[in-house]
Amino acid sequence: MRQAVARELRSDEMIINMGPQHPSTHGVLRLELKADGEIVEEAIPHIGYLHRDFEKHAEKLPYPQIIPYTDRMDYIAAMNNELGFCLAVEALFERGGKPIEIPEKGQYIRVIVAELNRIASHLLAFGTYGMDIGAFTPFLYAFRDREQVLGLFEEVSGARLLYNYIRIGGVARDLTPDFHHKTRRFLDYFEPQIDTYNDLLSKNKVFLERTRGVAVMSAEQAISYGWTGPNLRGSGVKWDLRKDEPYGIYDRFEFDVPVGETGDCWDRYFVRMEEFRQSVRIVRQALHQMESSGLLQSDEIMGKVRGTIRPPAGVVYSRTEAPRGDLGFYIVCDGTEYPQRLKVRSPCFTALSAMQELSRGLMVADMIAIIGSIDIVMGEVDR
Amino acid sequence: MTEPEIRDRLVAQCSQGAILPEGDDALSATPVEIRVHASYLAEVARVCRGDSELHFDSLMCLSALDRGDALSVVYHLHSMSLRHRAALRVDLPRANPVVETVCGVWRTAEWHEREAYDMLGVRFEGHPDLRRILLPNDWVGYPLRKDYETPTFYRGMKVPY
Repeated sequence: MRQAVARELRSDEMIINMGPQHPSTHGVLRLELKADGEIVEEAIPHIGYLHRDFEKHAEKLPYPQIIPYTDRMDYIAAMNNELGFCLAVEALFERGGKPIEIPEKGQYIRVIVAELNRIASHLLAFGTYGMDIGAFTPFLYAFRDREQVLGLFEEVSGARLLYNYIRIGGVARDLTPDFHHKTRRFLDYFEPQIDTYNDLLSKNKVFLERTRGVAVMSAEQAISYGWTGPNLRGSGVKWDLRKDEPYGIYDRFEFDVPVGETGDCWDRYFVRMEEFRQSVRIVRQALHQMESSGLLQSDEIMGKVRGTIRPPAGVVYSRTEAPRGDLGFYIVCDGTEYPQRLKVRSPCFTALSAMQELSRGLMVADMIAIIGSIDIVMGEVDR
Repeated sequence: MTEPEIRDRLVAQCSQGAILPEGDDALSATPVEIRVHASYLAEVARVCRGDSELHFDSLMCLSALDRGDALSVVYHLHSMSLRHRAALRVDLPRANPVVETVCGVWRTAEWHEREAYDMLGVRFEGHPDLRRILLPNDWVGYPLRKDYETPTFYRGMKVPY
């Protein structure tokens, strides 16, 4: 009887190609799913569709001209990429004994734009995650509010997505006269919005069912996979470079590091929602400190940097807390104006490498929930 | 632990000859790159991960690079529990760049080693799935080597520059 059934019903595993063009893969990612019915036995990510070998380009470019390329890695959080790269080059100067002094105002502007960009980036993560799972409305709220941050960036840098604003030694342009008023108005508007988001999506029954207990990552596994940022904190590890290895002037601000409990999709998502509040806190403090120390009137935003930037020979590995995790730059500099080797440690690349581990034994529909929860940007995975 | 302490600990815990003496490198690094003999790399990695005083549980970054006379692989390590960091470096001959994999020690290495293989042609012995990751499977050559020549044709199609 068994054999008769087997002859009629084919029951071998099925291979499903998810992507490269799929609305919820956040870029061009192809997942090769080996499925037994609805159960995924293996999910093999195929990446490289957006690969343009940024690292190769960088070897032929003077340092300041690399900044626009870093914008295009994680194009959702371009400010944070620029900041990471500029800090790495400045670290080269510092270790060579020729530190660049960055003016106070430049430091504060860097923190403000980096945290605003974190808000914009998490808004996109929040909006698209809801949409992936079937809630369309939060997406509209998220994009409506992200628009305001982009407006602020447009005012200060002239661009809405790829800014080329943070430079080696400071920032490119001074703030506009009413920038701090506008930013504060945005923060006053935005803070209560976070509760709206939570009402809309975080506590939504359907959303909870889809994300609670799905794709649990233990802290130990997450560390072994090199997870960082909100993904790692979702697994309950309290690790934030802004706190643990403060760079720039981050040691001057008070903020908390929200962590999850179980390490499931919902925890990873909710850590981002909590980080909204922390970023708002940091920007508020930065604005306040700028005002009270009279920096708003200052126009010193760039340190003394030569026209041709030629860092002293040396090797440096420097990392910062980007919205998606530790963004590391490894620069080998031979004393010329071009890097000999520039390697980027992408937080999305390492997060995605755990896909196979995360997806084993789950349903095909859960793949969407996983990809959204680790919040990847393929521009940074492929570089 | 400070960088010299980490180095001393590694010298004490690993086989003799595994940790190479500090060379007079033209390019010094932050964090200091501890040079490791290529045939002992996997052992040193296991010590880094397993030793209670080192306990490097996270591999921050694995980079390969072309130094002209040799290819190097650099491992940036970090300890989440003890909050210290270090870097290991192996130099491999250009003609036959082979080193043992550290996939079994840190899962991060799996994709990073594939990338190093893809871009610089470093082969990692014992890697479960060593194939190109960012470039197409039929790509010829390793783009980040210094002697790489940019192809003018891809599968018979002229590449417009």
